[in-house]
Amino acid sequence: MAVEIIEILDSDGVDRAITRIAHEILEKNAGVDDLLLIGIRTGGAYLATQLQQKITNIEGKDVSTGIIDVTMYRDDLESRNNLEVGHSCIHVPVTDKKVILVDDVLFTGRTIRAALEAVIALGRPQNIQLAILVDRGHRELPIRPDYIGRNIPTAQNEQIKVDFDDQNVPQAVHLLRT
Amino acid sequence: MKILIKSGRVVDPANKIDEKLDILVVDGKVAELAANIDPGGAEVINAAGLIVTPGLVDMHTHLRDPGYEYKEDIVSGTRAAAAGGVTSVACMPNTSPVNDSLAITKYIISKAQEQGSANVFPIGSITKGMGGELLTEMGELKEGGCVGFSDDGLPVKNGEMMRRGLEYANTFGVPIFTHAEDISLVAGGSMNEGPISTELGLKGIPWVAEDAVTARDIMLAELTGAHLHVCHVSTKGSVELVRHGKARGVRVTCEATPHHFMLTDEAIRGYDANFKMNPPLRSQGDVDAVRAGLADGTIDAIATDHAPHHIDEKNVEFAIAMNGVVGLETMLPLTLKLVAEKVLDLSKAIALLTCQPAEILGIDRGTLAVGAVADITLINPNKEWTVEADKLHSKSKNTSFDGRTVRGYAVRTILAGKTVFER
Amino acid sequence: MSFNPKHILGIKNLTADEINFILDTAESFKEINTRQIKKVPTLRGKTIINLFYEASTRTRTSFEIAGKRLSADTVNISASGSSVVKGETLEDTAKNIQAMHPDIIVMRHNASGACQYLADRLDCSVVNAGDGMHEHPSQALLDAFTIRQHKGSINGLTVAIIGDITHSRVVRSNIYCLNKLGAKVRLAGPGTMLPTGIEKLGCEVFNNLEDAIRDADVVMMLRIQRERQGTPLIPSVREYARFFGLNGNKMELAKKDAIVMHPGPINRGVELGTAIADGPQNVILNQVENGVAVRMALLYLVAGGEKLNSD
Repeated sequence: MAVEIIEILDSDGVDRAITRIAHEILEKNAGVDDLLLIGIRTGGAYLATQLQQKITNIEGKDVSTGIIDVTMYRDDLESRNNLEVGHSCIHVPVTDKKVILVDDVLFTGRTIRAALEAVIALGRPQNIQLAILVDRGHRELPIRPDYIGRNIPTAQNEQIKVDFDDQNVPQAVHLLRT
Repeated sequence: MKILIKSGRVVDPANKIDEKLDILVVDGKVAELAANIDPGGAEVINAAGLIVTPGLVDMHTHLRDPGYEYKEDIVSGTRAAAAGGVTSVACMPNTSPVNDSLAITKYIISKAQEQGSANVFPIGSITKGMGGELLTEMGELKEGGCVGFSDDGLPVKNGEMMRRGLEYANTFGVPIFTHAEDISLVAGGSMNEGPISTELGLKGIPWVAEDAVTARDIMLAELTGAHLHVCHVSTKGSVELVRHGKARGVRVTCEATPHHFMLTDEAIRGYDANFKMNPPLRSQGDVDAVRAGLADGTIDAIATDHAPHHIDEKNVEFAIAMNGVVGLETMLPLTLKLVAEKVLDLSKAIALLTCQPAEILGIDRGTLAVGAVADITLINPNKEWTVEADKLHSKSKNTSFDGRTVRGYAVRTILAGKTVFER
Repeated sequence: MSFNPKHILGIKNLTADEINFILDTAESFKEINTRQIKKVPTLRGKTIINLFYEASTRTRTSFEIAGKRLSADTVNISASGSSVVKGETLEDTAKNIQAMHPDIIVMRHNASGACQYLADRLDCSVVNAGDGMHEHPSQALLDAFTIRQHKGSINGLTVAIIGDITHSRVVRSNIYCLNKLGAKVRLAGPGTMLPTGIEKLGCEVFNNLEDAIRDADVVMMLRIQRERQGTPLIPSVREYARFFGLNGNKMELAKKDAIVMHPGPINRGVELGTAIADGPQNVILNQVENGVAVRMALLYLVAGGEKLNSD
């Protein structure tokens, strides 16, 4: 089957979107105090690193960042063909933090639901916010992002793919249509 | 009542016959063997393309009757025999009660005559109740129809007891069948001792448990001059001991079972209790030795050790499952496999199934001589078929060969001129 | 790669990649055991029955905790309180349990092959927690996990296992596991406790402890059953301890950084001298700790994924 690939964002576009999200986060949270970025493995983790750098550049202060693997919290155990479980890596306590969950693509919302549970299992944050590079719609749960790089309404047979280079820096966002 | 078996390849090793002949049976006896016999008024059975042999003799069967009729009885066991082309079986005495008395012997013989599909020749026990302590009344039992004596299933532990058994049986000219096993060396084992038992974590039975008692009993036969028959030899050492005994002139004979020349202990991977028997499946070296013993005449007979067990006695953890497998319906094709593999020629193979065991048992069967009882088996040697446990005629389905495709079977089994099985 | 086994019956049929996948998965689950709230919802709604036909505190507790930390409902059935005394067959017991729809049965049984037997007859997953003298896969995996933790890699190591080899399912599973991961296995024990043909499983056999542990990276001591005393196997625990106990300065023969392992429970003063049992080279409590993570990984893997075939 032929796959049609449409570029949605190029590397500059991605960079601008991340920069904007960084500003929005700082604005809404009035700086970096108590802020904790948690990227959802694997794409979200890469983006969290990018966001962390942007925020450091803007504010001149470091922001805590962690990685979370949501595999253990997913709700589709039996139907999964890949059972690999990644490590979570969060070196600061989440309690009383303002947690920014970071992911690359928001689709049904189920991954975010699992991530919410995974974060809460680690403690009681002040609040949890959600930053997304691409929102492609089709939510199955009442989940709404706080920060969005780009809204791309898609059909069910379409896919969104974020390309990263070997340094895990996002290079482009593509829409794949079959 | 006349039947004419026409145009078959008659293989009758007792009379050194292997040629295309017709056989005329009159009133249950072989009346004539010749090329192109005129049927006259006889019923004609076309045996073209078939092998015609004396009815097969299985000298080691457990019919389980009396006492364990839920496993097998004389009716079902002899039906299974007929389906396997076997017309005569010698049945072991480890029934309940043990066949150590004239009453049990007579019961077995009369039930077989009235309701059976094969001749049944009982083997009485050496010791009362197979208890290993008191000799049975072998003289009377022989008169009643016993063809030999054995405590099969259990060894005669006490050496003197075995000696006296041999001496006493010899008085009446009948053999002792030894189940050669040193129970103290078995020590609770449930399979052959070797790399496979170690891998599977099952307690092993070393070859020496069989060989030590085989050696003792052959020496006792030598000492007493009696006829010793060694049941189900399964080890390289046992075959060698028998070979050596025969070379010294000891009156020793022995038998081997199809499972011991077809299977090794590797079959037990998977823990299927249908591969559990006593003696256990051994190593490839032992299988090779048994085959060599069959080929060079050290081993005198192929016997089934047909040991029916109820599924509930087999469908349990391997270590606690009962020993034994059924064999009457698979002995013929498995023996023919030895012919196909050129271990034996056809005449030698048929001798191992007919005249040789008959001679050990001292019964007038296993021959197509004129005047002999017309027990005859018609064999299609080429027919491929798949053994299906569910379809066995035996009451018990504990075969090691379920699902195995084999070649050759009896298409008609004739007992004293009467067809008892046909397919 | 991924690995979706229906059952875990032994190490023999696993590949090195599959073993490493299990160990990597266990690595991820290990973190949960150090959290304040030691629970993830991964196996929520799953029922795990620990069917133990032999007394076992350690393995049963370890599996129970593993199941609970994954949010499964775990139920323990031990032989003393079961229908065994009423003469019920294993199949009948298992089918009765299956009628209650468990997702996984973790079984310990004194008959070799009992777990295979169960797996052949039931629909649910079966995890072998030790069957007779056959295999004890979770123990071998936690041993490998612990060795990896201390030595970085298993490849190229020399592991000496000392004791009653004949009756040990731990040894069989460990021989398979360590060989597949590239270690060399040496065994030693009295001749009465070395089974026929064990070397065919992939090991070198010694009849004295000293030669077996010389320059070894890992020394694994097996528990000697006191009940074996006076049987034809050993004359006395005293003599056993003298020749096959790891005591005095025997550990000086092994590599300087060698570790001492034991599947537990230990007999102080018998197979392990107290100085060694309490010494710095001993990683026995790490083994116990890692056992939970490894068993979490096993339960997770048999519960998850599409089971394409039922073997």
